[in-house]
Amino acid sequence: MKFLDEYRDGELVSELGRRIAATAAHDWTIMEVCGGQTHTILKSGLEELLPGNVQLVHGPGCPVCVTPLELIDAAVEVAMRPGVVFTSFGDMLRVPGSRLSLLDARARGADVRIVYSPLDAVELARRMQEKEVVFFAVGFETTAPANAMAVWQAANTGVENFSIVSAHVLVPPAMEAVLGSPECRVQAFLAPGHVCAVDGYEQYEAVANRYGVPVVVTGFEPVDLMEGILGAVRQLEDGRAEVENRYSRAVKREGNQEARRIVAEVFETSSRKWRGIGAIPNSGLCLRPAYASFDALTRFGAQTGEVAEPEQCQAGRVLQGLLKPTGCAAFGTHCTPDHPLGAPMVSSEGACAAYYLYGGRD
Amino acid sequence: MCLAVPGRVVEIEGAEPAFLRGKVDFGGVLKEVALPFTPEVKVGEYVLVHAGFALQVLDESEARRTLDDLNQLGMLDPPPEGPG
Ligand code: SF4
Repeated sequence: MKFLDEYRDGELVSELGRRIAATAAHDWTIMEVCGGQTHTILKSGLEELLPGNVQLVHGPGCPVCVTPLELIDAAVEVAMRPGVVFTSFGDMLRVPGSRLSLLDARARGADVRIVYSPLDAVELARRMQEKEVVFFAVGFETTAPANAMAVWQAANTGVENFSIVSAHVLVPPAMEAVLGSPECRVQAFLAPGHVCAVDGYEQYEAVANRYGVPVVVTGFEPVDLMEGILGAVRQLEDGRAEVENRYSRAVKREGNQEARRIVAEVFETSSRKWRGIGAIPNSGLCLRPAYASFDALTRFGAQTGEVAEPEQCQAGRVLQGLLKPTGCAAFGTHCTPDHPLGAPMVSSEGACAAYYLYGGRD
Repeated sequence: MCLAVPGRVVEIEGAEPAFLRGKVDFGGVLKEVALPFTPEVKVGEYVLVHAGFALQVLDESEARRTLDDLNQLGMLDPPPEGPG
């Protein structure tokens, strides 16, 4: 497949590994923010190709992992209401809430369905006038335009039996939260290429300047990732802290204007609690007042009270790159993909599941 | 979650920008994709698709340039001699 195979060339990947080893004279710790990138790194065994002095730590970029328990509980509550058809991307279904997951809700009779696109949920609402169709709008900047457009289309074509549970999160505030931790070890970031395909990379320039960290916009294939790491190591060795675009086939500095416009039309930023991390100012998206009638939690009066995380789970530290999954006492014993204690063990993009499936460097 | 896949646009329909749609070929599998964020796309071009929407038209010349640069690694541009 064009635009994919070229970036999976094993020889090129190994050559990049040698080049990184030849460039890295000091010890460096680099964070890849995005869970999709974590997945590729572990699946392709890229860490094995890196010299011992270049450490990768895995970041909070798994929207499934950072959706707080209370929001999952509220989604389950809505899904259990009679007359509701609850739709979601597949990866949210198994995430445990404080009592049930959406899959458990389905086993108890709730009509929970997987959709590939939020437009499928709008279409379902159009076809099932007698039902209330709710979509779990989870995701980063990458997914926000699709979900915003679904709401906009519903609003503009008179589909009133459609609503969303908004669980959107934003990457730059999360990077700042990681950098703001007194224990932070991260010296450079690989910025998530698909988030930047939508939002561009201007906002990372402020992060790079303020914290003196290189930020390299990176794609998702093995060659892309090794190239991103090489770019970051070069900057670190040179003492530079710039934003560098290594995914230029998909990313422009300004991102996608059309996509950004619809997001700004439908959503506004809000403070958001990240599972295991806590509240981060301006890190979430909620519906603007003009679209407030599409908010499922208001429509169904669902509660979002505080609930405590399972005590053993170290997800918060794992998500901030402070602890490798294997450093968690429950990893692989009390917590496995079949019986997950925390969300990073559920989603295949969660660092704990990726380590469990593919093994990773301690 | 942020997985986005490249595919080739084979058909475009609709006149109203917000409802632009098309068929995209993912290595032989055809899928219906919403195109409101890439109104400039032409049949034959590649788009990056996520959650049923094209997010960007992929830039062939940038892709070629990156690959050309990479293919020269270790050949034209030898690694630096030791640290510093
Ligand atoms: S291994 Fe399980 S319990 Fe430990 S941090 Fe990961 S998800 Fe939480």
